[in-house]
Amino acid sequence: MIFRGKVHKFGADIDTDAIIPARYLNTSDPRELARHCMEDADPAFPEKVVEGDIIVAGKNFGCGSSREHAPLAIQAAGVSCVVATSFARIFYRNAINIGLPILECEAAVEDARPGDELEIDLNGGNIRNLTLGKAYQATPFPGFMQEIMARGGLINYIKERMKSGA
Amino acid sequence: MGMTITEKILAYHAGKERVEPGELINCRLDVVLANDITAPVAITEFEKLGLNEVFDREKVVLVPDHFTPNKDIKSAEQARYVREFARKYGIINYFEIGRMGIEHCLLPQEGLVLPGDLVIGADSHTCTYGALGAFATGVGSTDMAAGMATGEAWFKVPETIKFVYYGKMPRWLSGKDLILYTIGDIGVDGARYMAMEFTGEAIRELSMDNRFTMANMAIEAGGKNGIIEPDEITLAYVKQRAKRPYRLFQSDPDARYAEVREYNVSRLEPQVAFPHLPENTRPVSEAQGITIDQVVIGSCTNGRLEDLQIAAGIMKGKKVHPEIRVIVIPGTQEIYLEALRQGLVEVFIEAGAAVSTPTCGPCLGGHMGILAKGEKALATTNRNFVGRMGHPESEVYLASPAVAAASAVLGRIAAPWEVIK
Repeated sequence: MIFRGKVHKFGADIDTDAIIPARYLNTSDPRELARHCMEDADPAFPEKVVEGDIIVAGKNFGCGSSREHAPLAIQAAGVSCVVATSFARIFYRNAINIGLPILECEAAVEDARPGDELEIDLNGGNIRNLTLGKAYQATPFPGFMQEIMARGGLINYIKERMKSGA
Repeated sequence: MGMTITEKILAYHAGKERVEPGELINCRLDVVLANDITAPVAITEFEKLGLNEVFDREKVVLVPDHFTPNKDIKSAEQARYVREFARKYGIINYFEIGRMGIEHCLLPQEGLVLPGDLVIGADSHTCTYGALGAFATGVGSTDMAAGMATGEAWFKVPETIKFVYYGKMPRWLSGKDLILYTIGDIGVDGARYMAMEFTGEAIRELSMDNRFTMANMAIEAGGKNGIIEPDEITLAYVKQRAKRPYRLFQSDPDARYAEVREYNVSRLEPQVAFPHLPENTRPVSEAQGITIDQVVIGSCTNGRLEDLQIAAGIMKGKKVHPEIRVIVIPGTQEIYLEALRQGLVEVFIEAGAAVSTPTCGPCLGGHMGILAKGEKALATTNRNFVGRMGHPESEVYLASPAVAAASAVLGRIAAPWEVIK
């Protein structure tokens, strides 16, 4: 899978309340959640994000609550991939389980500026900053998680396992 | 090489002799939990699997506690979705309004989580149950759905950081202060992906309610789980509640730790976490004088009986400062009733505080005490992120029930010894 999109840059410790504030959690409709995505970190984000854009953020992205509404909101907002220095563990797990592409790469995060164009090859974990003309290698996922992602998320993965009687 | 308690519980549930940090394993689950916000997403995912039943009707626990009693029509629809699922699949441990509590106060109280258990919950504060010597961790709704279907979940075995607390606890120091101080020391990602094992003479002296508070906030340092080895205090709590057998695990003397951190509690002051991260902790003496608009005493962190006893002990015969609001939220119906019987509710109401039915409510900015623009709250809750309790330009300070009660009386952040000489 290859993604190409413009960078929206955020700092460290972006928590799930910033990604999708709890005041909007009286629904789990992804389109409604997308309307408020990243609102408390950047109120203009839901307006300016376009299909394929990439969120770039510092360490511990997605810390806080276990709400799967956070990766769902990002996915429904049209974001193709999140590149961060590191992810909080529940967010990391949730993103893989729902099929939201994520990558960890500190160097790419440090260099990227808002509006830069990135090209990402998810399978190889290759990140290219087309604006800066630089290439980076992200930390590869363990094979087990790649399998889940290749099947489009955990539910499909389990469906297949149940079918095969494993 | 020995194993930590976390590694032993994971190995046992994976059917293995031993596990190593970093290893990916599949584990049997003893409890799978969700609430009114996370269950709806989990139910929708579960139903995609086309199954007629959950893996075990007794091991799935559903607690509508976040936006309940239903705060608006949409929340009512979500709560109904969970209720109908519980009826359709014959979920035994579904807890309705009037018989419920905040999930992480409720499950231990009901004996649904026991030492040695492996628990996943679609709520990040599921790590609370580590106080019982269980492995418990928060997951998202899809993991919850998979858990309901298969009774299993995959885990990466975490490395463990050992936190040793030694010395004698000063009068007003609580588990909340120890965990806030620890988060202040290592930061909000200081234990990311790791197990946090709390031990030492000060922990051995701590009550269960204080231990729950500590394990509860492991997630605030990025931890996968917080855990305390079970002892006599654990057993005294569990014995009267358990309805099934349980297993006691201990760390081996030669267990391997990624790091060991030691804290002398003897001279620690009550802690206050300043906006907007739980790691922004300072001793209360550096926070005294900050004016506040609201005090919240409650939540899965500090809504237990001992928390209410401490708060009432400070507020007894006093009045809430005229310029602030105080909201007290007992964690469960049982705690509420006991607080009533002990006269604590009377103390709060006579002081001029509001006492609410159990709900997560204001902790996550849901309802029952939302902050307006520019307002400041001091809360015994667990998070003080931007907008956590309301308007994005409001602020939350985190502290213990003792600091909260003193602040309620004085109308500013205050130390308990300012009220009780």
